[in-house]
Amino acid sequence: MATLRMREALRDAMAEEMRRDEAVFVMGEDVGVFQGAFKVTEGLLDEFGERRVRDTPISENTIVGAGVGAAIGGLRPVVELMTVNFALLALDQIVNHAAAIPYMFNGQARVPLVVRMPGGGGHQLGPTHSHSFEALFLQVPGLLVACPSTPADGKALLKAAIRDDNPVVFIEHEGLYGARGEVPENGEAEPLSFGEAAVRREGGDVTIVGILKMAHVAEEAARTLANEHGVEAEVIDPRTLRPLDLDTILASVRKTNRAVIVEEGWPHGGVGANLATLITEQAFDHLDAPVQRVTGADVPMPYARRLEQAAIPHPEHVVQAALAALEGSI
Amino acid sequence: MPDLPDAGACYELLARMTLIRRFEEEAGRQYQRAKAGGFLHLAIGEEATIVGTTSVMRDEDYLIGTYRTHGHAIARGTDPERVMAELFGRVGGTSGGRGGSMHIFDREKRFMGGYGIVGGNLPIAAGLALSSEYKGEDAVTVCMFGDGASNTGNFGETMNLAALWKLPLLFLVENNLYGMGTSVERHSAQTDLSKKAEGYGIPGERIDGMDVIAVREAVAAGLREAREERRPTLIEAFTYRYRGHSAADPEVYREREEVEEWRRKDPIEAFARRCVEAGVLGEREVAEVREKADERVEAAVAAAEESPEPALDSLYESLYVVGEAGGWYAVDERSPEPHRGEREEAEMPQAARKLAEAGAAYAGRPDGPVEGGD
Repeated sequence: MATLRMREALRDAMAEEMRRDEAVFVMGEDVGVFQGAFKVTEGLLDEFGERRVRDTPISENTIVGAGVGAAIGGLRPVVELMTVNFALLALDQIVNHAAAIPYMFNGQARVPLVVRMPGGGGHQLGPTHSHSFEALFLQVPGLLVACPSTPADGKALLKAAIRDDNPVVFIEHEGLYGARGEVPENGEAEPLSFGEAAVRREGGDVTIVGILKMAHVAEEAARTLANEHGVEAEVIDPRTLRPLDLDTILASVRKTNRAVIVEEGWPHGGVGANLATLITEQAFDHLDAPVQRVTGADVPMPYARRLEQAAIPHPEHVVQAALAALEGSI
Repeated sequence: MPDLPDAGACYELLARMTLIRRFEEEAGRQYQRAKAGGFLHLAIGEEATIVGTTSVMRDEDYLIGTYRTHGHAIARGTDPERVMAELFGRVGGTSGGRGGSMHIFDREKRFMGGYGIVGGNLPIAAGLALSSEYKGEDAVTVCMFGDGASNTGNFGETMNLAALWKLPLLFLVENNLYGMGTSVERHSAQTDLSKKAEGYGIPGERIDGMDVIAVREAVAAGLREAREERRPTLIEAFTYRYRGHSAADPEVYREREEVEEWRRKDPIEAFARRCVEAGVLGEREVAEVREKADERVEAAVAAAEESPEPALDSLYESLYVVGEAGGWYAVDERSPEPHRGEREEAEMPQAARKLAEAGAAYAGRPDGPVEGGD
């Protein structure tokens, strides 16, 4: 094990897979000479050269589309988009092509493509660089969606994504690139299967589901709930949204009878909206209170620090939501 | 005028073009009979551009096209039976009925689709060429698209990338003078489309797309440039579709005389006449080509009719390569543990079936309302 930052863990995942498989290559805006806008691809150009670490023009739809074509042609491209907002310029290739091709050509073509992109707020990057589009990608059949919250998961999931034969939208959080954690080194751990949630903390009173940075916010809220309110929360990080480990979430809800979902994205049609519906459909009889959602504010991300922070969920919001779910029972 | 190739090659060119013509005419008829649904885009009139191109490609080369590509697949060697069955939405279709007319695909023949988004195939072509380049293979990717696609952002982005990365690519714009119902003069500031990639360093050439031999020569040269020099080029082939943009096109944007004028330049008749006049083919061979095409298309319709419709339980096939992961790939695809809907489906098969037939996302939901159900 080594203590690494998220960005280093992701870099190691790509480097290890590139050493293992010649078909794996990386391309994107400023991934080579510049070493990546968030330094996630640092050192890759030096080790693998320009053939396998390709700086591209600023042409998002064509970068992803070239990835789709290269994947159909037998390669395993890892495309980096500079932010999730820029991924909107490539939605045509992600949704109409990468996701649809295996189905519409009846399995004659597979698209083993990974599209990495950072999102999330907290760095005052304003309304075109800091959104959370997990729900948008989650909705698309044909895509897999990963959203790791720890360096170990980031590395294991990215390795799994690169080896997967399906197109993967791999969402990273800008605010977690510097986060440190214990990470297995080369060969120490197998890639993590998609569709395996992590139970970050066990508890019997309320289930809190959080993704990306909100997985950490959920854990912090759980500590406050334990220390100040005598409430034991179970914290679950789904780690991938497609496939979704709904069974782990449902098992927890059947135990706690209460659920809170935390995400940074918008409330309408969000990850929480989807999950709340699934929980209601599958475990309605076990619920003692309505499912609570804590989401980002329903606005484009504002720039001013004070407003930006007001638009992002914080532990106190999660604590309030959990207490609301528990109202009358404590 | 370039010389004719040998008699065998001429016969093959004529046979391919005639087969495509007959196939498209019959597809139009079957569409009128409601055997094929959705949109139907026919390439009648454009056969020389298609066949001239594929006739000089190698088996290992990739071809990628648009939503008007029944003929392109047939030209690459796909059985007409499979293309017709795809139009009919049958299991025997090139995509098992999942793609339809706009999404023909035949991996074995390296016909890489069939794309319904105008300009959507250009970046994918760059990726296919990149895969050949990366693996050190000789294959060239031929990317065909319409005049309308030359206005999309993908056109500029892909031309830039292709030239920048020296990809083994040949671009061929099938200029049939209209982007749907909008004429080139009304949709492109630069009406000489062969010039539109010059700024990216991709030279262009205009050719007569109604002359199969002219297309052959130009494409052969472009393939050489791409294969040996890693230099992409852009060929603008002037061609014309006699039918509307799709079968649902009232054609208010062009005069009947214009269509008639192009029909007089019919690529198949002109080529047959030239072959006969040059003594390369006899009248009997020309007639034989027509008869064979008629027979083959008749057989294609019969085969498509006989092919079954896809089973309802195949709805989720080919969506994912499902590994060992648990979890739900789609909302109503199950983890190994049965979920509520699955258990109760046995008790309420009719409700579940109605939902599935209505295309409901929650096909297994036991107690959901069935809108419009009886």
